[in-house]
Amino acid sequence: MNLNYGPEYKNFKKEVISFCKKWEGVHFVDEAKSPLTPITKVGGKKITRTEWQSILIKEGYFARSIPKEYGGYGGESDVIKNRIIATEFSNHGVPSPMSGQGIDMLVPTLLELGTEQQKKQYIEKTLLGEIIWCQGYSEPNAGSDLASLQTKGELVDGNWVINGQKIWTSTAQYSQMMFCLVRTEPEAKKHAGISYLLIPMETPGIEIRPLVDMTLKAGFNEVFFTNVTIPEANIVGKRGEGWAVANATLTHERGSLTNPNATMNRVNSLINIMKKETINGKKLIDIPVYRDKLMTLQAKVMAFQSNSLRVLSAKLNPGQDVKMAGMIQKYYGTELRHELEGFAVDVMGEIGTLYESSPHLRDKGSWQFLYMYYLGLIIGGGTSQIQKNIIAERGLGMPREPKVQEV
Amino acid sequence: MYFGLSEDQEFFKDNVSKFLQDHAPLDIIKKIIEDDEHDLKNNIKNGLVNLGINSLLIPEEYGGLGLDLLFATAVSQSLGENIAPFSFLSSYVMAPIALINGGNTEQKEKYLKGILENKYKFGVGFSESISARNDFGFIFKDNKINGKSIFVLDADDVSHLLLADENGVIGVVDTSDKNIEIIKLTTVDKTRSYSEVIFKNASIDVLENSITDIEPLKKSIDAGRIILAADSLGASEALIRKAVAYSKERKQFGRAIGSFQAVKHMCAEMASDLEPCYSLVWHAAHCFDNIPDESRLMACHAKSHVSEVSKVISKKATEVHGGMGFTDLMGIHYWFKRIGVNRQNLGSPETIREEAAKIQNL
Ligand SMILES: Cc1cc2nc3c(=O)[nH]c(=O)nc-3n(C[C@H](O)[C@H](O)[C@H](O)COP(=O)(O)OP(=O)(O)OC[C@H]3O[C@@H](n4cnc5c(N)ncnc54)[C@H](O)[C@@H]3O)c2cc1C
Repeated sequence: MNLNYGPEYKNFKKEVISFCKKWEGVHFVDEAKSPLTPITKVGGKKITRTEWQSILIKEGYFARSIPKEYGGYGGESDVIKNRIIATEFSNHGVPSPMSGQGIDMLVPTLLELGTEQQKKQYIEKTLLGEIIWCQGYSEPNAGSDLASLQTKGELVDGNWVINGQKIWTSTAQYSQMMFCLVRTEPEAKKHAGISYLLIPMETPGIEIRPLVDMTLKAGFNEVFFTNVTIPEANIVGKRGEGWAVANATLTHERGSLTNPNATMNRVNSLINIMKKETINGKKLIDIPVYRDKLMTLQAKVMAFQSNSLRVLSAKLNPGQDVKMAGMIQKYYGTELRHELEGFAVDVMGEIGTLYESSPHLRDKGSWQFLYMYYLGLIIGGGTSQIQKNIIAERGLGMPREPKVQEV
Repeated sequence: MYFGLSEDQEFFKDNVSKFLQDHAPLDIIKKIIEDDEHDLKNNIKNGLVNLGINSLLIPEEYGGLGLDLLFATAVSQSLGENIAPFSFLSSYVMAPIALINGGNTEQKEKYLKGILENKYKFGVGFSESISARNDFGFIFKDNKINGKSIFVLDADDVSHLLLADENGVIGVVDTSDKNIEIIKLTTVDKTRSYSEVIFKNASIDVLENSITDIEPLKKSIDAGRIILAADSLGASEALIRKAVAYSKERKQFGRAIGSFQAVKHMCAEMASDLEPCYSLVWHAAHCFDNIPDESRLMACHAKSHVSEVSKVISKKATEVHGGMGFTDLMGIHYWFKRIGVNRQNLGSPETIREEAAKIQNL
């Protein structure tokens, strides 16, 4: 066991801290596209998101290992530096770099499997936030069983012509592009008939109908395709290889849905509330049942933080076996966060249910919001039940369900 | 940066496991418990001592291996995994740490060497300093001890007892003293021993540095909690392995029960709950060894969290085995009970969480 990052990181940390001090209080002039975009302090410097992204790239605080020719910083990938950056940004309340399905899922996929032309065309603009992407996978009849998707793509005169429907497509209403799974080989077996296509959202024939979700804030969409025509070249990987391409990105998505350090920050915010608020003359922190539950959750979050250090360690020390530690993160992290946010609502009681712009909101209503939002993340990106199937079958080697005769 | 057990630690841990699998399988453990087979028990004890288990935490200047708590934590996982009928906690962890931090030169010389030479073994009675009960307690006065202590750990067959009073002062009592009476208690866990001890003006050797400093006691308890957490961690690991193996073998409705999702999900939940516990326990031991500022809170959280997780695992793993799980034949209950008693030793989860809150000035 050695938790020292080594001397070269001391200097790096200092640099990051002085950067953070310089930009403390920076905030954006343009609207957040995602409800999870960090809330920044009022005052300080004003900046657009794109400007912020390009500053971060120039410093090497974002897109570190992405080659310069595609708009990245062009350095070595360094998980420790990434961790230092994330920690210090969060400690100093400096806005994190943008994230989202384009940055977290599409960019890694293109780097791995895209053509040169695709990399040049999309990566830089995505990193700068000039192209926002949405993920068109799920359909009304293909959720957990994603490979049964039916949206059809036919190659006609050198163009893909797409017909069908996607659903629960997050951020589609703000997106310029969609990466999309489409059935292009109707004769092939279920998994072998899918292709991974890149679709400009302005293409005629696309209709987006926002679908209000339980938070009333986040909002995903239904997306309808009627003879949507895009160039043949807008395919990643070969025809019929879309399932493998998509699986490359699903691993990226699952890794990015939970952050144990952000969860610990929420524990600390909750402690602040519990020290301030009183009920019947007693501080919340002094009420034994709440106090006990708070410590229970703090311990659980600590365990999750330690688990993520172990996962990090395996990236630095090839050969270290942490398969299970990685596999549980999506399930464990989203359930834990949901439990924590929900506990905070309980602790506050009726005040905890205040929402939107009600008087007496605590922390801008974020507890109730995130309590619901994380229920969405428990379901999205592979439900908890599907995660448990994966943990049991691939992690513990338990037998698969007998196949039902397909009709 | 490397987060995990070192090669040496893994190697030693595996050796302990291998020894126990060869020499202390369940049928031997049952014999020891049911027929009070002293020789069998001594074989196990001697074998483990031959591996060097008694010298891990003794500093090199006293001839020991001078290893850190993380090492002992890895060993404790193996002991829990194999429900070893062996008292590691008191003699080889809590006593050395209390002595190293609380003893004067002479005391260290005498007792640490005694442990190393396998001449001395310790029981530990710290309950009164953690959760004192109204009908128990004792006083140290003029190098004499009077009163009684409950839930003294590992007091079976030992040369000395380590006691801590409500002020955190630690004293050593020689068990050959005529003025003490050791009464065995019967808990559900028969793999280790728990006692009540009555002192009637018995002689006591008070650890000099513990008179003015509470740290020797606190450190010993922190270490003990981490070691207990590791024991339950190992026991839980064994339970999950048994449940998964059984689920692949046992058939009902024409298929392995492990292919039923209800069973699969119980196993996945057990694995997900336990996995972060490895990291938490190792991290806590690492803090104990290297980052004192964070150590006490980590030790508290490791003990209480692993206690909660392993309690649920001991239930679910039993359920996966169906009626078989409830039988003595299968013996799952040995792990269930070991976990059950570890949970209460050195502070129940609720007691420890209250301490965790206080440590943070909450
Ligand atoms: C907040 C949010 C954002 C999302 N964003 C996107 C997006 O941007 N793009 C996109 O393509 N999709 C998105 N989704 C869709 C998401 O991926 C699906 O909702 C999810 O995969 C579940 O599919 P489903 O909704 O069809 O539920 P179903 O598959 O119908 O599941 C219903 C219930 O049955 C259970 N179940 C299903 N199959 C099994 C099985 N084999 N074993 C055990 N239980 C099973 C599920 O666990 C669940 O409890 C989003 C969803 C949410 C909630």
